[in-house]
Amino acid sequence: MISVTEEEVAIDPVDYAQAKINKSLSSKDKIGLLREMLRIRRFEQVSLKFYNQGVMGGFLHLYIGQEAVAVGTISLMGDNDHVITAYRDHGHALAVGMGMNECMAELLGKATGCSRGKGGSMHYFAPDKNYWGGHGIVGGQTPLGLGLAYALKYKGLKGCCFCYMGDGAVNQGAYHESLNIAALWKLPVVYVIENNKYSMGTTIDRSSAMRNCLAERADGYGIVWDIANGEDLYEVRAKAHNALERAHKHSLPTVLEIDTYRYYGHSVADANAKKYRSPDEIERYKAHHDPLRLWQKRLVDEGVMTVEEIEKLDESIKDEANAAAQFALDSEFPAPETIFEDVYWEVDNNTEAGSTGRHFFGD
Amino acid sequence: MPQITYRKAINDALAEEIIRDENVVIIGEEVARYNGAYKVTEGLWERFGDKRVVDAPISEAGFIGMGVGASMLGIRPVMELMFWSFAYVAWDQIINNAGQVRYMSGGLINCPIVIRGPANGGTNVGATHSHTPENFIANTPGLKVVCPATAYDAKGLMKAAIRDNDPVCVMENTLLYGETWEVPDEEYVIPLGVADIKREGTDISFIAHGRAVITALKAAEILAAEHGIQAEVLDLRSIRPLDEEAILKTVAKTHRVVLVDENKPFCGVSAQIAAMIQEQAFDDLDAPVQRVCSLDAPAIYSPALEKIQLPTPDRVVYKALQIL
Ligand SMILES: Cc1ncc(C[n+]2csc(CCOP(=O)(O)OP(=O)(O)O)c2C)c(N)n1
Ligand SMILES: [Mg+2]
Repeated sequence: MISVTEEEVAIDPVDYAQAKINKSLSSKDKIGLLREMLRIRRFEQVSLKFYNQGVMGGFLHLYIGQEAVAVGTISLMGDNDHVITAYRDHGHALAVGMGMNECMAELLGKATGCSRGKGGSMHYFAPDKNYWGGHGIVGGQTPLGLGLAYALKYKGLKGCCFCYMGDGAVNQGAYHESLNIAALWKLPVVYVIENNKYSMGTTIDRSSAMRNCLAERADGYGIVWDIANGEDLYEVRAKAHNALERAHKHSLPTVLEIDTYRYYGHSVADANAKKYRSPDEIERYKAHHDPLRLWQKRLVDEGVMTVEEIEKLDESIKDEANAAAQFALDSEFPAPETIFEDVYWEVDNNTEAGSTGRHFFGD
Repeated sequence: MPQITYRKAINDALAEEIIRDENVVIIGEEVARYNGAYKVTEGLWERFGDKRVVDAPISEAGFIGMGVGASMLGIRPVMELMFWSFAYVAWDQIINNAGQVRYMSGGLINCPIVIRGPANGGTNVGATHSHTPENFIANTPGLKVVCPATAYDAKGLMKAAIRDNDPVCVMENTLLYGETWEVPDEEYVIPLGVADIKREGTDISFIAHGRAVITALKAAEILAAEHGIQAEVLDLRSIRPLDEEAILKTVAKTHRVVLVDENKPFCGVSAQIAAMIQEQAFDDLDAPVQRVCSLDAPAIYSPALEKIQLPTPDRVVYKALQIL
């Protein structure tokens, strides 16, 4: 079982800053990585406020604490690399470049939302940014990620699919079936297990049988696997890059388990958020393992940014988040007739197929 | 009579059955230490311990199938699905295994499993989490399905479901969990297949199940107050087995019917009821059977539209007035 202790963090045998993929980063790139992580955190803090004020309802699964995973992996993506994830999807969405406006409006179910108010927090999509959702059913995205990889290989494109999932999702059958097919057919998919140590209120030792770690199960399928410390952006990038190369060069899958932590409850509605884990544990992560703090410290140590510059950047991102909040509030709800739009392509596009036979039924 | 919530009524039913029968075991995600995602199993793990109340990994196909297998050997598993929407990953186990094993073994094997959890829209969680699969289950001979609308019914039906020797799917409703009704302290069991008149009336019949019963009752109040019309509300409670006699009786009494159903219209539960009424009570009808269902699209997230996608009292009143 992987749980980070103070000692383990203190010992850092490899300096991932020296990895080739990280050495090639310019100062501007590094500031960009900070910007992306800050965007996620500030966006979600505003969304949390909305939830607490009753401006939005339903489920809101916050990604705060895990930012370096999405930002680190997605920062490696090229034109033919794709992303698919579960319901804790705001981080990946913003990291691929989705705007805060359409993401915030979606939370409120507005017509200007990324899914026109039809998907909500758990179901963001932006295929134009190679971002395929946003999936509410645990593990449901794992065969889809495989399918994106299949399509890339079929088309002869050199790309891969980053398919994200939680430590609880590894126990869905669909994932295991996907691993077998990925290995059997040599498909360029990277399963990124975001191990935040809990599936709702269940610790991994109570949900998963394993020898040493979750990724190691890949051994059974002959798939290469690795573990990364998700608080260190350099390490995430270095290890994800290896996986990406394996996909690009050899069309082979990888399982990459990234150790991370969520600061908030499973969702904002999680009444037991502070019962199944101690407040001390949460505080310890915030104080010693926060990916944003650690990255900011690095940038200051490396002389890339001053503390003042970081604060200024942060302020501008808070402004972006607040402006998005206003945009969402000012936007209209979708019109009632849109309920029946986006169900069938043929109907929406007024084709012959779409007008042959009855597609919708009244009462 | 004490007033208790729908949630507590189910909780009491589970506790009573755990005590009554040593083979009853509760299994599901977060049902034990977390007390249930919707707190339906609150306190049961503390009271009855690890053997009787068991947390499962997020492996619905695995643990539901396991429950089916265990029931073949005489265990009475009560499996919680956090949402019935998640049943689809376990569909093969429910439909092919629980639903067919008795038939295919020529009656040699029976499968006394209960699968329970909420099955409803209207909570702003989007299409993947808002399914109402009672019609799918009812479409499978071999399976039984009940949809309680009140705390009283939830408790009595749950106890009957656990004692039943066939697989029973109990579909609850997150919007009802916190609502209270009168429930007696004394033990009672409500047999599957018995409908219940929730409101007497003479002019028109509303036939519904689950939360749609509450919608129908509200519509009936509006009709009485604003139009002086007395609607009878028949709560099916159990979809399969179905109380056809009660349906025919209310049709014969009022001669007009509006079916209220949170299913989608195509092959929804109400489609079966409508077919059955025209077949068996054609001469009793003074008007075509009407239906109010969920609007025929995946469940929309947007809270503004979600409210109108599900049947509303206003839509029921409108449909009723068209045939009065
Ligand atoms: C098939 C299915 N079962 C159950 C759920 C309810 N559920 C949603 S998230 C979750 C926990 C998942 O934990 P994990 O995979 O570790 O991801 P995390 O929430 O930590 O990001 C559960 C049980 C679901 N959405 N789908
Ligand atoms: Mg987790």
